[in-house]
Amino acid sequence: MKDVREALMVGRNTEGKLVRRPISPFMLGSAYQFQMSSATSILHRITGVGLGLGTLLFTAWLVAAAAGDSAFSLVQALLASWVGLFVLFCFTLSLFYHFCNGIRHLAWDVGKGFELPAMHRNGALVIAATIILTVAFWVIAFLIG
Amino acid sequence: MSSKDTAPSIHIRRSPLGRARGLGAAKAGSHHWWVQRLSAVALLPLVLYFIVSVLMLKGADHAAMAAYMAEPWNTVLFIALIAALFSHLDQGMQVVLEDYIRTDSTRLTVLMLVKAVIALLALASLISVLKLAFS
Repeated sequence: MKDVREALMVGRNTEGKLVRRPISPFMLGSAYQFQMSSATSILHRITGVGLGLGTLLFTAWLVAAAAGDSAFSLVQALLASWVGLFVLFCFTLSLFYHFCNGIRHLAWDVGKGFELPAMHRNGALVIAATIILTVAFWVIAFLIG
Repeated sequence: MSSKDTAPSIHIRRSPLGRARGLGAAKAGSHHWWVQRLSAVALLPLVLYFIVSVLMLKGADHAAMAAYMAEPWNTVLFIALIAALFSHLDQGMQVVLEDYIRTDSTRLTVLMLVKAVIALLALASLISVLKLAFS
């Protein structure tokens, strides 16, 4: 037991035995069911950190271009490889999700769409828009050859 | 009994001066929250511009990339994108790290390292765009 928060999570069961009660993230799957609110919230963080890692690619792309022809050709070839395309697919999926859910967060900040039914609707809308935008991006990317 | 006696009230254990300043325990008030929204709003059009740029530069060779970045509008918008993107990343990573790292010394060390890496990435990106723009 490290601090007050964990100390408060200790209780006694019906037999009077001391038990350590589970704290929320570790209840996922056992006591927590899927919720639009928590799922879209943690996805916003996961995609945010993922996009942070993706900026390494963004910087590598720009630095290679500034370094010269051979470096840029190498980076462009790596991005066009199957591994590169998979990483870019994850990047665009994360980007469109974070973009759409970010708009949802900004709407909440001005007090819009915060009621539970509206929150469930706009959460589903964000997921649908993410899929549509990602598919549209890759269709256009392959069409322009 | 007047309504004043029964009205619910909250007791904030903070001095009137502290409440008026509204700076809270971090001594910065809502500044971090506000700049995170500012960079988020700035990124809405800039990210759309970036997506269009990426599609236009798909499979581009070095000459095409250099010519694109040398266009004044592209130089300006890429610099704006870099500024908004890396400040938003810095603000977001700070919130995430502050939430999940409990030990003070570890949190401060990781925060400084992550902020340093983000600052270096931002500078490298910025200088690269400028080099492409002016060569």
